[in-house]
Amino acid sequence: MGVLVFIHRTVGGDRLRRSQQEVVYNVGLCICLFDITKLEDAYVFPGDGASHTKVHFRYVVFHPFLDEILIGKIKGCSPEGVHVSLGFFDDILLPPESLQQPAKFDEAEQVWVWEYETEEGAHDLYMDTGEEIRFRVVDESFVDTSPTGPSSAEAASSSEELPKKEAPYTLVGSISEPGLGLLSWWTSS
Amino acid sequence: MEVKDANSALLSNYEVFQLLTDLKEQRKESGKNKHSSGQQNLNTITYETLKYISKTPCRHQSPEIVREFLTAMKSHKLTKAEKLQLLNHRPMTAVEIQLMVEESEERLTEEQIEALLHTVTSILPAGPEAEQKKNTNDDVTMDEEDPA
Repeated sequence: MGVLVFIHRTVGGDRLRRSQQEVVYNVGLCICLFDITKLEDAYVFPGDGASHTKVHFRYVVFHPFLDEILIGKIKGCSPEGVHVSLGFFDDILLPPESLQQPAKFDEAEQVWVWEYETEEGAHDLYMDTGEEIRFRVVDESFVDTSPTGPSSAEAASSSEELPKKEAPYTLVGSISEPGLGLLSWWTSS
Repeated sequence: MEVKDANSALLSNYEVFQLLTDLKEQRKESGKNKHSSGQQNLNTITYETLKYISKTPCRHQSPEIVREFLTAMKSHKLTKAEKLQLLNHRPMTAVEIQLMVEESEERLTEEQIEALLHTVTSILPAGPEAEQKKNTNDDVTMDEEDPA
């Protein structure tokens, strides 16, 4: 799940540190600096008191590959599906169609349930908050959250409600295969 | 900022674990109490990632173990991504192997899957979670033996 990314960036002062706990568009979630491979000459530009140095560095980034298997914890359930967290990364969704079938959403308990078929009839398996869950990464989405110009602000104000704040990087997972889902479903005691 | 190579190399959980552990030691030694908010944010992600990774089987791995594992893997003809998943997860059942090896029914016989499992579990040490479960089971057995 860890990937080494080669980046170069112009920095003034210690902006290198401040800006690196973030999602880089189409790259992944920055975890920590790996190394600095090159420091170019420092320049001072007219009208700008800071010194600018081009830095080449490599960053460790969280970016699971397509179909990778990961283990996380259930954060909660909603009609949209099961929300999973890894602690350092929270935006993982298992949509209803990707769950072990048949599945139903229990409105009262606000939890997704696998209606597991046995000879004695359906045995309900609840996807409770806090449970450890093994899933496959089937899709990802990067949203460019950098500030945009006035035209997009107009579009936003014309809609009736405030646009939903989107996470810059989200993963979509699936648990529809044998071995996937709550770890407790598959361990033999 | 310009990204020059978004995929320079794949890192195993163990490599990331080593990096973050070293980083944590460095921070401790430098004894900096003054944190800019930016540095605090970085610490949160680093801390949470280290916390997550410490609960996986990479916790007890070492460079020698990883090297031994990769050598043993050569005969099994798996892709880099598949070997990485086996290294990170240390699967203990055939079902897990089938999840991590693409088209395993076509590429591996039952015996080969068993051999793969044996290689994985004998070379890679058990993860912290598996150890914990083992200890819990031992405790339960002891309770059953106790007449009181």
